[in-house]
Amino acid sequence: MPYPADYKYTKEHEWIKADSKNASIGITHYAQQTLGDIVFVDLPKPGAEIASGKTFGSVESVKAVSDLYAPASGTVTEVNGELANAPEKINKEAHSAWMIKITLKNPAELDSLLSAADYEKFVSEEAGH
Amino acid sequence: MTRKATRHVSQNEGLIFEKSSPGKAAWKLPPLDVPEVDASALLGSAERRDLGNMPEVSEIEIIRHFTRLSTWNYAIDLGMYPLGSCTMKYNPRVNELVVRLDGLANGHPYQPEPISQGALRIIKTLSDCLIEITGMDAITLQPAAGAHGELTGLLMVRAYHQSKGAPRKKILIPDSAHGTNPATAAMVGYAVENLKSNSQGMVDVAALTAQMNEDVAALMLTNPNTLGVFEQEIHKIAEIMHAKGGLLYMDGANMNALVGKVRPGDFGVDVMHLNLHKTFSTPHGGGGPGSGPVAVKRALEPFLPRPVVLTRTDGTPACDYDRPQSVGRVRAFYGNFGMFVRALAYILANGPDGLRQTTEDAVLNANYIRKGLEGAYDLPYSTPSMHEVVFSDKLQAKKGVKTMDIAKRLIDYGFHPYTTAFPLIVPGALMIEPTESESKEEMDLFIEAMKSIAEEVEEDPQTVLDAPHSTRVSRLDETAAARKPVLRWKPQN
Amino acid sequence: MLKAIGARSVDDLFSPIPEEYRLARDLKVPRQMAESEIVDWFRERSRENGDSYATFLGAGAYYHYRPVIIDSLISRGEFLTAYTPYQAEISQGTLQAIFEFQSMICELTGMEVANASMYDGSTAAAEAVMMAVRLTGRRSVVVARSLHPEYREVLATYAHHQNLPFATSSFGDDGRLNLNELEKSITSDTACVLIQSPNFLGTIEDAAAIAEIAHKKGSMLVVSIAEAVSLGIVEPPRQADIIAMEAQSFGVPLGFGGPYCGVLATREQFVRQMPGRLAGQTTDRNGKRGFVLTLATREQHIRREKATSNICTNQALVALMVNIFMTVYGKVGLKELAKQNLAKTAYAAGQFARHTKILFQGSPRFNEFVVRTSEDPAAINSRLLGHKIVGGLPLKKFYPELGNAALWCCTELTTRSAIDTAVGLVAESERSVRAAKEEVDAEQVTR
Repeated sequence: MPYPADYKYTKEHEWIKADSKNASIGITHYAQQTLGDIVFVDLPKPGAEIASGKTFGSVESVKAVSDLYAPASGTVTEVNGELANAPEKINKEAHSAWMIKITLKNPAELDSLLSAADYEKFVSEEAGH
Repeated sequence: MTRKATRHVSQNEGLIFEKSSPGKAAWKLPPLDVPEVDASALLGSAERRDLGNMPEVSEIEIIRHFTRLSTWNYAIDLGMYPLGSCTMKYNPRVNELVVRLDGLANGHPYQPEPISQGALRIIKTLSDCLIEITGMDAITLQPAAGAHGELTGLLMVRAYHQSKGAPRKKILIPDSAHGTNPATAAMVGYAVENLKSNSQGMVDVAALTAQMNEDVAALMLTNPNTLGVFEQEIHKIAEIMHAKGGLLYMDGANMNALVGKVRPGDFGVDVMHLNLHKTFSTPHGGGGPGSGPVAVKRALEPFLPRPVVLTRTDGTPACDYDRPQSVGRVRAFYGNFGMFVRALAYILANGPDGLRQTTEDAVLNANYIRKGLEGAYDLPYSTPSMHEVVFSDKLQAKKGVKTMDIAKRLIDYGFHPYTTAFPLIVPGALMIEPTESESKEEMDLFIEAMKSIAEEVEEDPQTVLDAPHSTRVSRLDETAAARKPVLRWKPQN
Repeated sequence: MLKAIGARSVDDLFSPIPEEYRLARDLKVPRQMAESEIVDWFRERSRENGDSYATFLGAGAYYHYRPVIIDSLISRGEFLTAYTPYQAEISQGTLQAIFEFQSMICELTGMEVANASMYDGSTAAAEAVMMAVRLTGRRSVVVARSLHPEYREVLATYAHHQNLPFATSSFGDDGRLNLNELEKSITSDTACVLIQSPNFLGTIEDAAAIAEIAHKKGSMLVVSIAEAVSLGIVEPPRQADIIAMEAQSFGVPLGFGGPYCGVLATREQFVRQMPGRLAGQTTDRNGKRGFVLTLATREQHIRREKATSNICTNQALVALMVNIFMTVYGKVGLKELAKQNLAKTAYAAGQFARHTKILFQGSPRFNEFVVRTSEDPAAINSRLLGHKIVGGLPLKKFYPELGNAALWCCTELTTRSAIDTAVGLVAESERSVRAAKEEVDAEQVTR
């Protein structure tokens, strides 16, 4: 599964796709694969503030819960309501199944995130453990 | 050798609602000896007129319904139930008889003390026995289960520290601990700090020394731990805790490895809970009721939940409510009294010799199984085992077979699976606890079955991956159940 | 076996335990007894514990008839000696039974989902409050003073260490919650209002009106139901957000206070914040219907310190008693059973009212009522004990402002003759108090 080159990634396995001020956030293909069948996503409401590196929700499989960590700070503008009824979309197309959209507070935060190539390298090391 | 399992006819049975039809009944009330009343006149708008889709069935249908359902369960009565950490031992039937004696079964918790002497004496006698067995100074029987006992214990830890000035901030918990430990700490308002195990699966004393400070309220330790290993440096652990004013909490889930041989109170434990449904033979009943007494050292006694049962100067037992420093009540009434009766009957049936031998047999059985399966399964920690032994699926994982697959295949051999994937510090854990109840013959069948599965993994892993093959349902779709929960029956239109 | 292991003696196996801690003596517990001795010992205790007394005690623990088949069925080893149904393929019996239990609790409470049971009614109420706190994000609670006093104590214990302040809301002369006061006590930080109905004093609350007041201020309504048999004839609080029940009345022996059967029921939208086990329906690989424990990610063994609660067990075997009881009585029987409770209570209250004061008249009640006597009810009760009758619960300990009041309870098992005997003794007490008073008055006149 290719990791889109125009996305940025975190070591906690979230991706963020941003233009100048707005961004969408989801979890990576590797994350969904590790979690297995996703059964539930707990997401913030529009208007909520999220902070870089802090949790903003969680994603559940049958036997595990993982916190979601914000790749960047900002205000939630939209939540992907489709995922409430069809969380399996994340398993099928992790990189297009966005969870939330935000307006970025400080776009410069993105510079410290991983590129697609760096993330792929990071994942291959982690999987090797 | 005869294999343990064979197939027998398994009756199909729908939901009780699907058998219901108007007019069928399994009840009969006696004629009223007082005048009939008009419910509408008495209750007005509070009167209920409709009981929805409650079933209407006959008595024989109910008997068959639940009897058929029961045949779909595995049970201790059918054979070995090697769930590690759960202690599935035989549940003596005399316990079930005595708990149903009229004065005990129909005793009301608020009946006056002069006609509650029997129940209070049972509570007092059991309390005294448990204090002696644990080597502690005082006890409460009020908590309804092990986790409830943990909650009560930590509330007392908090009250103790509070009485010294501040409740402190965190609880240390080894990475091998049961999930209830951190969940309980959080409920009591403590932060949880993980404590790493050393290479032998025991508490890393150096790490504990480094992490212990005046912010730590207590260490929650299971001993023997969830690997079935006795914490050999327990005296050092207790010293480190006490030196900084901290307390040592012992999760008594594995107390069945110690009864009559060693007492937690003697090795530095300040507060601990017991699981009457594990160590003291009360039935698990498909997931409860449990009972989780909490025993403490003298320093924590003032904080015990209200009421405390004590002996009056005239020798009669009575309830003491006047406990100003108590953490309060954790449950209405006295706790799961029915479990006290059963646990005490078990203690009386054993006596000092029986209790000791029970422990010895449990440890002997676990070691027999360990020896029998060594080589066939990977043993991640070679430290001596007490009452349970933890293997891993490392050898089988090479063929793509995981601990859960082996567990499911064990069902086809007529056994309940062992505990899978716990403790978390062993990847792919197989946690096996035979208890003292198993004969050599039953254990030999188990060892044979486990070895045979290990061979199947080499020769035909798919058979194991697709197991169980002999049950009335095959592996169930847990993902669908969680994605679109169906949690109740509803009529089809 | 020792040989197979390679140990010389059993003591070898205990060598990991440091020598200095090993117990070198026998435990000081009673000597080993034969089965016959054990039975005798407990028979003796049973005789010391009021066997064959008639009782007027309720107050959260109710004496109802238990159909015989309950014990026949729960004594089957496959139910009695099974573990929690984590291995679904060999636990379908327990799982389907839980699913039926959840379904029937929903039918009876008017809620959309119910869990597989909790420890008891008191802890279920405390858990329901914490659930409301999580759902609303608010941090305080308003509790009815007419909630069972011991339930209030349990909530206080749970709430204290969570820094969860709670205000108490009083009841009026009609025994119902004082609605004006309630409205004032709800703030923008009130997560929920917790009431009991029928309440501890036997009065049925106006749950609809209370729900409206709570919801208007963004709070939830949690209703505790301690007398499950009331659900046969009393409209359930359908407007509640969470119902925290004690199902002991449904076939669970009094057993000196436990084990009982708590249960939580709520709306579907709140299920992920509900603690406790849940059974759900699904299919196996061949499309066959089956049941599993589900939504386990709420629970402690997965979420550890972030779990909804540390609760681990449910009261499966007790829930099975409840399940069988509900099945035996069913749609028609539960109503008829409740009606008999209503009739006995109405008769008893009427008889007592001829001689002394019944408090909280005018509000609907189910099977409990408060009798105020001139004499201390404990004194009357001790005379009643001579007739092998346990009188109503003196309330001085819990509600000193009610004076010489006691809470009496009648069920379908209460006989008219027991009622008449109790009423007779109360009447006698009133007469002698009156006579003593007249004597004093007469003395004062002559002086």
